[in-house]
Amino acid sequence: MSNPAACEPGRSDNVPATHELVLAGFGGQGILAMGQLLAYAGMLEEKHVSWLPSYGAEMRGGTANCTVVISDEPVASPVSSRPSIVVAMNDPSLDRFEPTVRPGGLLLINTSLCGRQARRQDVRVLEVPATGIADELGEGRVANMVMLGALLGATGLVGAQSVLESLAKVLPPRRHGLIPLNQRALLRGQEIAARHS
Amino acid sequence: MVMGQKVLMKGNEAIAEAAVRAGCRFYAGYPITPQNEIPEYMSWRQYEAGGQFVQAESELAAINMVYGAGGAGTRAMTSSSSPGISLKQEGMSYLAGAEVPAVIVNMVRCGPGLGGIQPAQSDYFQATRGGGHGDYHMLVLAGESVQEMVDLTCLAFDKADEYRNPVLLLGDAILGQIMEPVTLPDPVDTAGLPDKPWATTGTGGLRRRNVINSLDLRPESLERHNLKLKAKYDRMASSEQRHAGYRIDDATLVLVAYGSTARICRRAVDLARREGIAAGLLRPISLWPFPAEAFEAAVPRAGAFLAVEMSLGQMVEDVRLAVQFRRPVYFYGRTGGVVPTPAEVLVQIRETAGACGASTAPAASGAARGGGLVK
Repeated sequence: MSNPAACEPGRSDNVPATHELVLAGFGGQGILAMGQLLAYAGMLEEKHVSWLPSYGAEMRGGTANCTVVISDEPVASPVSSRPSIVVAMNDPSLDRFEPTVRPGGLLLINTSLCGRQARRQDVRVLEVPATGIADELGEGRVANMVMLGALLGATGLVGAQSVLESLAKVLPPRRHGLIPLNQRALLRGQEIAARHS
Repeated sequence: MVMGQKVLMKGNEAIAEAAVRAGCRFYAGYPITPQNEIPEYMSWRQYEAGGQFVQAESELAAINMVYGAGGAGTRAMTSSSSPGISLKQEGMSYLAGAEVPAVIVNMVRCGPGLGGIQPAQSDYFQATRGGGHGDYHMLVLAGESVQEMVDLTCLAFDKADEYRNPVLLLGDAILGQIMEPVTLPDPVDTAGLPDKPWATTGTGGLRRRNVINSLDLRPESLERHNLKLKAKYDRMASSEQRHAGYRIDDATLVLVAYGSTARICRRAVDLARREGIAAGLLRPISLWPFPAEAFEAAVPRAGAFLAVEMSLGQMVEDVRLAVQFRRPVYFYGRTGGVVPTPAEVLVQIRETAGACGASTAPAASGAARGGGLVK
């Protein structure tokens, strides 16, 4: 947990890297799916992964979040109170999880739906108008993929190709027609991250 | 699903798939969070496997259907979460009394009463101390990961048949809900499973009828039966102890935790080691029988034990029984569905290590192991 490499995604040294992510938004935004794709892609890249959803009286429009751990070593704790990366897809998520990001960690904000900027000075912040871009692509529901693309672009946590491979495995064949749209969304997110690096 | 390949699966679904692969061909259950993915998965998977799935009208009905299916020789299973498991206790006692094999899964949620739906380990007493009425025991197995729960599910069906006894898989809401990579076992050939000459499969007019019953009104006869069960429990107690250790060989402070809590403790142990505290973890996998033999090996080295649970202190009683006052035993627990964080456990490790002198490096800890520490 106090592993310094964990705060700097993409950094490679002899310390095994463990990334703890909290992805949060409202029900219907594909938060849990985003986390599952990330975990699945990590598994395809032979990393150790875990995905733990918040659950309960959840519903569309309610809150949804999940914790994903991607590590070079077997995942010990699947819960994290100090994640190295937080994705906030709406205001309540930003309010709740911004304070939990580890110093030096990364905070991704969906500026389309968040009415304020980050308050933390000690974390890296990436602003992504994910919902706006998804609307431009003609399908608001791929905002999660735009954000996921930005996350991959900023961290190199897993390859975009692994995410697309995972998508093909997770989606039933009758839905595979949606893969190109998801690919475009991922790419747009990656471009945003590249522009800010 | 391709065999031998890693797949990302939710704990509940992986347990259901493992059960089918272990030859489970009867499942009955009644919905309750956080284990609903088990009946949901079984509802189509049993159909596919040629087995039976029943969404029963109640937990009581479900456990008694399992009693019937198990009595007829089928590998049978039910699952629920804490309040639902309470309702099944009568049937579990009958299963034990009538020596009917079955596998019961409890994905524990917080209590008491309806409590909440978040993770807990507050059913330890119920699981290991009978739960239902009468003198009986079940083998109680608790994994810490999806893979281990899968492996234990297969073991549970084998052990249930071997001992003609119900086996309880004790999980918690985290293990039910988490997704992790898992390698599934190859399916067993149900036709090749050991014969059950005691099962009520129909005499065909060729043999005397078998009877599945837990009622015996003759005291001497029932005592003989109970002593036979006791001999079986004794065999289980000596042959079925399971545990795992983590950084325990040179540990002066030994944490004891099972299930999800053990994973959180493993991280806390790593954090403590970085501060020079010689902490380790002893993780019971069989909760009944409790792995007391592992404590015999740990006591001479350890300065103290720290039990960590998502309860107000249940397994800690078994730790005290195993340690037998030879070392101090401390306890840290969260309740109500609150999951302890590695940082919180680390604070407890620091305090405990300070109290028992385990905060020095292992090489210099000889004094900490002295009799002066014994409470």
